[in-house]
Amino acid sequence: MQITSFGFLLFAAVLLVAYYLIPKKGQWILLLAASYCFYLWAGIEYLGFILLTTVSTYAATMAMAANQEKQAKYLAENKQTLSREERKAYKAKGKRVNRVYLIACLVLNFGILAVCKALLIEPFKAAASAGTFSFLSLGLPLGISFYMFQSMGYAVDVYRQTCAAEKNPLKLALFVSFFPQLIQGPISKFGQLAPQLYSPKKFDGKQLSFGLQRMLWGYFKKLVIADRIAAAVITLRGPEHTGVSFFILTVFYAVQIYGDFTGGIDVTVGLAQALGIKLPENFIRPYFSKNIAEYWRRWHISLGEWMKDYIFYPISVSQPMLKLSKAARKNLGAFGKRLPVYVASIATWFVTGIWHGLTPNFVLWGMLNCFFIVLSEECSGLYEKFHGRFHLKEKKWYGGFEIARMFILMNLIRIVDLFPNVGDYFSRIGSLFTKFNFHVLWDGTMMKLGLTALDYIILAGGIVLMFTISLIQEKKGSIRELLWQKNPVVRYALIFALLVIVLLMGNYGVGYNASAFIYNAF
Amino acid sequence: MEKLLEILDELHPDVDFETEEHLIDNKILDSFDIVTIVAEIDAEYDVAIPAEELIPENFNSAKALYALVEKLMDE
Repeated sequence: MQITSFGFLLFAAVLLVAYYLIPKKGQWILLLAASYCFYLWAGIEYLGFILLTTVSTYAATMAMAANQEKQAKYLAENKQTLSREERKAYKAKGKRVNRVYLIACLVLNFGILAVCKALLIEPFKAAASAGTFSFLSLGLPLGISFYMFQSMGYAVDVYRQTCAAEKNPLKLALFVSFFPQLIQGPISKFGQLAPQLYSPKKFDGKQLSFGLQRMLWGYFKKLVIADRIAAAVITLRGPEHTGVSFFILTVFYAVQIYGDFTGGIDVTVGLAQALGIKLPENFIRPYFSKNIAEYWRRWHISLGEWMKDYIFYPISVSQPMLKLSKAARKNLGAFGKRLPVYVASIATWFVTGIWHGLTPNFVLWGMLNCFFIVLSEECSGLYEKFHGRFHLKEKKWYGGFEIARMFILMNLIRIVDLFPNVGDYFSRIGSLFTKFNFHVLWDGTMMKLGLTALDYIILAGGIVLMFTISLIQEKKGSIRELLWQKNPVVRYALIFALLVIVLLMGNYGVGYNASAFIYNAF
Repeated sequence: MEKLLEILDELHPDVDFETEEHLIDNKILDSFDIVTIVAEIDAEYDVAIPAEELIPENFNSAKALYALVEKLMDE
């Protein structure tokens, strides 16, 4: 069930009414039932995957919790008799046992994810559909990358004892499957999300209204902008579009993926808010970033946080890395100090790349991001001197220049998503420096991309609206709070106008089904 | 504590680490800084800070960080 479908809206409406009518104790059970209904709607063949993750996570975390409890009890009972070393050795032994449970759980789950992702690419794809393993060619189970990362993060947290294990298997099942965020995140931490899922919720008109407004804004970005510009993105991927046409593709794809992904997250976060649940923000106006590190603190935040907590930090502070750090400092001076951080960054970006897909272009995408992060870190001293010498940071135009520079750089990196053959990507990048076909802007090429003049007008208006809203949010904070203080007639007139725009200008396909979200494929 | 302040000052000479209590919340320290600090502490105090301790509460102020180092030394 697409979250842009009328079926989904009806489903959400029935759930919201039932959610606030039934006794509060039963609200989380209703959410669990709704989440499984949503999942079954996608296909019964995927049910086994989510159940396996839920059961294996439950078994591993319960085993770790029982071990930790036993250990704490023993240490408390023998506090007086055990020496410091004995206590330390006993704790280390307990941790080793728990590490086995954790690793078993991680290997099983990430193994399944790796197999599912491998089956999307050749030669495994052809082998799976042709041979006796044809049942494996189901495609990627709905939301698997998201619910698996969320569940594995929880398992690591229990191992680290930064959160308590959930004893009720049904409550854990809800944490794994909570449907608004199941398909494209945000990837939540157990400590932030779980208590909210299980607590009783009183009806709050303001939260419901804010949630629905955010959903509407998400539908606008997805249906009016992203799905409209998608046609031109498909055309511009063709081999004949090089030079300036390729540059236009990078900008159009930036608009499409922003509308698609942030729009989908707006619908998710909005629906959760209407249910009284606050999900973490996944985007903070990323296209206003002035450097690449800032961009990654503003774009797909929950994935970045996950990678930082569970990949980057553990690698960076591991014993081999600390040894490397000591050796590098002695031999390489200041650069040596930063070397371990760079090694951990390469590993983290490699994992982030293959999370998106097991094809060379996604590995390249990760490495390009890593390269520019390291480059900007290494050049930071130089930049500071340069900025100071010409007092650039005090100049407004320079801030605008930095934003434009970052927007173009990220567009050029991101576009590799669309070229599974990295040779095609490099030849397109090369064409930017060799082909100056500016005439495509006025010779009629733009009218042959699958967009009409009206489409361009709607897109231009929509982009101006998104930009204006983002600017107001950046300067003055929440738009919905600002609207809330206005006269209700003005407020609801504006909301109604947006609803009419979505209904009239949404890019609905055959049977009024919008196209799938890009991040559903990851 | 003085050694720790030296480590922090070297990273960001413009920050007053004795008074600043929102090093993470105010985005003064980023993940690269945190990892550098962990390596420096390992070299200086011979204390390994595990990944699970890399949370904002432990890095928001020099005082909190020093308390963490002392706790890990005691363990």
